[in-house]
Amino acid sequence: MRYVMNRIGFFILSLWAAITINFILPRMMPGSPADAMFAKFQGQLTTTALEAMKKSYGIGDTSLWQQYVDYLHGLVTFNWGLSFMQYPTPVSDMIQASVPWTIGLVGISTLISVFVGTALGVYISWKRKGFLDNTLPVVSMAFQALPYFWVALLCVFIFGFKLDWFPMAHGYDPAITPGFTSEYILSILNHAFLPAITLILGGLSGWIVGMRNNMIYTLGEDYVTFAEAKGVKTSRLMFTYAARNAILPQLTSFAIAIGNVVSGAILTEQVFSYPGIGNQLTSAVQSQDFPMIQSSFLLIAVAVLVANLIVDLLYSRLDPRIRTGGSN
Amino acid sequence: MEEKQPVLELENVSVGYDSTAGMVQAVNDVSLKIYENTIVGLIGESGSGKSTLGNAIMHLLKNNAVLTNGTIKVMGKEVHSMNKNELRKFRWSQMSMVFQSAMNALNPVLTIEAQILDVYRSHYKNMSKKEARARARELMEIVSIDPTHLNSYPHELSGGMRQRVVIAIAIALDPKLVIMDEPTTALDVVVQRSILDKIKQIQKVKKFAILFISHDFSLVSELASKVAIMYAGRFIEVTDSKSLSHTDQHHPYTEGLINAIPHLTAEEVTITGIPGNPPNLVDLPSGCAYHPRCQFATERCKTERPVVHQIDNRDVECHLYDAVRKEVLES
Repeated sequence: MRYVMNRIGFFILSLWAAITINFILPRMMPGSPADAMFAKFQGQLTTTALEAMKKSYGIGDTSLWQQYVDYLHGLVTFNWGLSFMQYPTPVSDMIQASVPWTIGLVGISTLISVFVGTALGVYISWKRKGFLDNTLPVVSMAFQALPYFWVALLCVFIFGFKLDWFPMAHGYDPAITPGFTSEYILSILNHAFLPAITLILGGLSGWIVGMRNNMIYTLGEDYVTFAEAKGVKTSRLMFTYAARNAILPQLTSFAIAIGNVVSGAILTEQVFSYPGIGNQLTSAVQSQDFPMIQSSFLLIAVAVLVANLIVDLLYSRLDPRIRTGGSN
Repeated sequence: MEEKQPVLELENVSVGYDSTAGMVQAVNDVSLKIYENTIVGLIGESGSGKSTLGNAIMHLLKNNAVLTNGTIKVMGKEVHSMNKNELRKFRWSQMSMVFQSAMNALNPVLTIEAQILDVYRSHYKNMSKKEARARARELMEIVSIDPTHLNSYPHELSGGMRQRVVIAIAIALDPKLVIMDEPTTALDVVVQRSILDKIKQIQKVKKFAILFISHDFSLVSELASKVAIMYAGRFIEVTDSKSLSHTDQHHPYTEGLINAIPHLTAEEVTITGIPGNPPNLVDLPSGCAYHPRCQFATERCKTERPVVHQIDNRDVECHLYDAVRKEVLES
């Protein structure tokens, strides 16, 4: 229990740090978003308009402390400012519209990749030196070694353009009205298939090879031989004795991968013109949309922190050596 | 004694490692019988093949090691001709093993109890959980560990306690033979002593046979009644342990080992080591493998492998005793 409280305490502390740094950093940059906006309109704005704008961004004449309090208040009330590029849409609305797409596509692909890769890793280490063990790591590594954007473009070109099996862009067919209908859901799945496949193929080899190597190392441990000698059945030997220990390092990689879900698929979303947060972030950077950039970064930081917290807690469930913070 | 069935019977056993340099013989043509209620020591330097032999008896050979010759019988049954399922049931119920590294013999993510219950669950399908638990408690009491530790994880126990748990697991099914592969090596001297006393005490009650593998010469000669001395994969001498108190009529290697023991009570301390290093198994010396280090070596030792001589109830594999035997025969 003490371990859990520790992790949650650490989570809150780092969350605060991330939020505060996100507040300080833009204010340390030369110029201000309002100046940038002012410059963008090339003298068509008056100075009073500039002042008004500064005020609305929360960077007026008030003290830094007052700004910080306003910023925190805005955060909690989902008042994250207005986007520049789609002025005056609130940033929170834009994020709400794009994040579910990203989590749906990248999150689920990552989960599939982790589960399938880890399961395959266990399987081929079991059937050591079998056909799959000899081919799978090499083939999957070849996929990972190819430049991702190239594979993705190739997929769009072959399966989207040439063969016309899958749509080449968007999250769903714009002709269909969104709603909880089978037609809409099928359309989403159809659109997500290609990007998901490229993501899964690109990530699979790390999980396969990682798990396979952990398994082979663990299978050589004395406790596995000892358990084998004492008569434990092969399935229990494989899962409870070997895989249970071999999966621990995988969890760490899993935390990093989950943290990257929000930010990691910028390329995918660009290539497949997918309406996710990665796509939004790239256009926000291109158009100097500070509120959007700031909110996205904060979101990414929070995602990484939350993922780490979850994995930390999971770790303590799986590895008794972690949780002995005086519990016994 | 002879008409009794031996618990362990090794007959011309050879074990080789299939390596890129060809078959490397780690165990070479060894024979031995162990009867119930006896402790037999197996001594040798690192790399002399003692652990490999232990694993061969358990049919747990790894790293491309294979039984190349001979038969291994435990309770009259040939271990290496059993199928997988027979072997799984036979192991632990008839023979068990205490591993070299107690620290790593327990699964770090399972409680002690779960690891003991696994033995019962794997061997007795019909045993109730309650009964298995009661037995686990009993085992813990036998090895003098508080049963509350059943709910502990291995990392919460000290090295000595972990080794006791491993011993408890090894005797869980009352096997006839327990192979102990350097069970005290990773422990400090005081803990070593308490573990050895525990082993002796349990053995006295349960009357199983022990093959005690070690490189600690004085420890084995104290514990075991019979000692096999291994050099480069061969038993160069098999003798009763009482004879190890003096250097008369032993293999020169055994003699060297005896001379290397420090005697705390002796007034004048002269300890002599054996010069040289153990041979490389890939490239064994011709004739007697010990000849490059032997002070008595003759031309003949370099070319001809010695045969086993029986002297005073002990088997010595050395040319030196050809002359002795001749003298005996002539007189």
